[in-house]
Amino acid sequence: MSAIVVAEPVAPARRVSVARSYRFELVKLVSQWRIRLLVLACWVAPALFVAGVSQQSTLPSDTLFGRWMHATGWAGPLVMLGFAGSWALPLLTSLVAGDVFAAEDRLGTWRHLLVAVRSPARIFVAKSLASLTVMVVLVAGLAGSSAAGGLLAVGNQPLVGLDGHLLAPGDAAGKVLLAWLCALAPTLALAAIGLLGSVALGRSSMGLLLPVLVALAMQVAQMLPLPVAVRLALPGYAFIAWNGLFTDPAQLAPLLTGVAVSLTWAALATALAYLLFVRRDFTNPAYDGSGRRAITVGLLPLAALTAVTVGAVAVATPSTGSGIEQGKVQKSLATVFAHLYRLQTEQLHRPAVTEAQLRASAACTKSDGQAAQEGAGNDWRCVVSWHLPGVAVTGTAIYQLDITSDGRFVADGDGPKEVNGYFLVRTSTGDAPNPLWQFDGNVELLETQ
Amino acid sequence: MERRHAVRADGITKCFGDVVALDGVDLDVTQGQIHGLVGPNGAGKTTLLGLLLGLAVADRGRLEILGQEVGRAFAAPDGVAGFVDGPGLYPSLTARQNLAALAALRGNDARTAGIDDVLDQVGLTDVADDRARGFSLGMRQRLGLAAALLTKPRLLVLDEPSNGLDPAGKRHVHGVLSRLAADGTSVVLSSHRMDDLEVLCSEVTILATGRVVFSGPLSKLATESRELEYRLRTSDPRAARDLAAATGGVKVVDDAGARYDAEVFVVRALTPALDELVAQLVRSGIAVRELAPVASPLEAAFLALTDQEAGR
Repeated sequence: MSAIVVAEPVAPARRVSVARSYRFELVKLVSQWRIRLLVLACWVAPALFVAGVSQQSTLPSDTLFGRWMHATGWAGPLVMLGFAGSWALPLLTSLVAGDVFAAEDRLGTWRHLLVAVRSPARIFVAKSLASLTVMVVLVAGLAGSSAAGGLLAVGNQPLVGLDGHLLAPGDAAGKVLLAWLCALAPTLALAAIGLLGSVALGRSSMGLLLPVLVALAMQVAQMLPLPVAVRLALPGYAFIAWNGLFTDPAQLAPLLTGVAVSLTWAALATALAYLLFVRRDFTNPAYDGSGRRAITVGLLPLAALTAVTVGAVAVATPSTGSGIEQGKVQKSLATVFAHLYRLQTEQLHRPAVTEAQLRASAACTKSDGQAAQEGAGNDWRCVVSWHLPGVAVTGTAIYQLDITSDGRFVADGDGPKEVNGYFLVRTSTGDAPNPLWQFDGNVELLETQ
Repeated sequence: MERRHAVRADGITKCFGDVVALDGVDLDVTQGQIHGLVGPNGAGKTTLLGLLLGLAVADRGRLEILGQEVGRAFAAPDGVAGFVDGPGLYPSLTARQNLAALAALRGNDARTAGIDDVLDQVGLTDVADDRARGFSLGMRQRLGLAAALLTKPRLLVLDEPSNGLDPAGKRHVHGVLSRLAADGTSVVLSSHRMDDLEVLCSEVTILATGRVVFSGPLSKLATESRELEYRLRTSDPRAARDLAAATGGVKVVDDAGARYDAEVFVVRALTPALDELVAQLVRSGIAVRELAPVASPLEAAFLALTDQEAGR
């Protein structure tokens, strides 16, 4: 009769550390041609784009800071940031974070990975960190490359802020860096949504597309005449709110709100993706994690978060309605005009004046006073008044304003032509259009006390 | 004599929703043994292999692997390696890079982890620096086996390891598995290739609809009281056929199958009756030129047992 004994006991399951697992995930990501091409494109293409556009006679003046690309190299990375917030970053998050889990389903490697690492939780952390690392490298490439392209092509000149004040090159560099860092927050939110889509939708291409679709939905929402509280409660608002860094004083409240909302979305979407992932059954090869329950568990909390953040922003901020009110439009336009008037005076070699001496003010009406005097639209008409030292007559100039729902406006000079008509002025970087002809500005949507 | 057990499963039950994948399964795998797992599609083989690899936990029952009782947490003890549903390989990495990444994951230096050695064992040295993207199914299977070997397992769990292998590849894999078993590694493998299992395995477990319908040595299968069909080729087919028909316990089966041959006919019999028929043929001066089972004992048992279970 043979005795039965068990094999000599071995050590219990030794899980692979997160650090090793993270390195493994990075190796897999970097080995993909798609990722290599993206890294190369993000580190090279922006420099070529900015340098190329800066040499053109026609500038992308419909893009924020685009009209200043001839004047300073620091406008380039901001133009790139505007473009990246709309298209590049959602697309990059789709291709990196949106695929990081689904790729294992496509390759059929989940079981292999689980046997090797022995911890779904650590796999999740490693994959999230690896995709985050790649995203940061891509964003750093976009920022660094576009800045390098601008500085090499145009130079390290002062930047005209969104309220017309001049930022010294050092200040401009710091603000540009800060703006890109702020844009990381909504990028993280999109990346987390990508992770959630990748976990919840499995092999479906919808998982890959989810960050792009969400970003598109956010952009459409920002174009609609939504109440301020709803606008700020959406994770994509921080892609716009960095504009506030380029005013003096900086419009920090909407920026910080946008960043906080984005980070909350990032945290919640990541937590949901984690919960779905660690509860997934990996023994069934036909099941890729997708299903009605996964989608419900993924979507409902995010919908609830939107409702909660809308409520929180509405309670925390006194702003209601569109946030674009007559008084704020007038104040913003007068401020930009005064700063740019100083710039024009300097460029035309006239006696210097200060903003305090100018005492600029604006009187604006919307739809010739026939409609409510608030909200977005291209039917704002303003008369700007200012004073010059030793001159008794008050100067006036007319502007047509096109204000978008996010508070940004383009002011188009409507006479007199000696003040805000189109003519060239000589600057240190060459001839440039009269700065008072057309300029950008923004209305702070939140009330400032 | 002491028999050390690498796996002891007692009354394992695993359900997926309303579907009972495993229903009170018992499994004993002795150390150094190659144990085959057979069953029709949906019998629960992959689920059982997944439990051994720590991919899932049983709902009920007790599972002990390499002396460690598997608890409610995922992950099998150290010393367990293998794959289910094909090996997991990353197509953008070369064969060597796949193994190096795996070695690094376990904290081993790729230069000293024995990558060249395992590639050589499975016969992939020549394609070590080719991307796995271009590998055939058989090459992927061998690379998956190499990945498992890299961990120097004491229990190797393989799902259909012979899929897509050409004869040379199969010889490599069989050689590796036999050497591992000789060195004391236990191997549990599932396959639909009965010839592979008969060559490799000392014991098999047959699963049907989540239940064990047979478990034990292959020799026991052959002696189980069931009739098998044999092809019989003799020097005098007509006389041999008459003799077979007259022999107790032997039935002549007219259908000789697709390979019709006038010199060959098929008989169905238990082993003792077949022995008697052979003796009578020899006594009658009829030469027996070929006597072979139409289906292997394992295949016949598999079909009989799984048909019985399905018929319940």
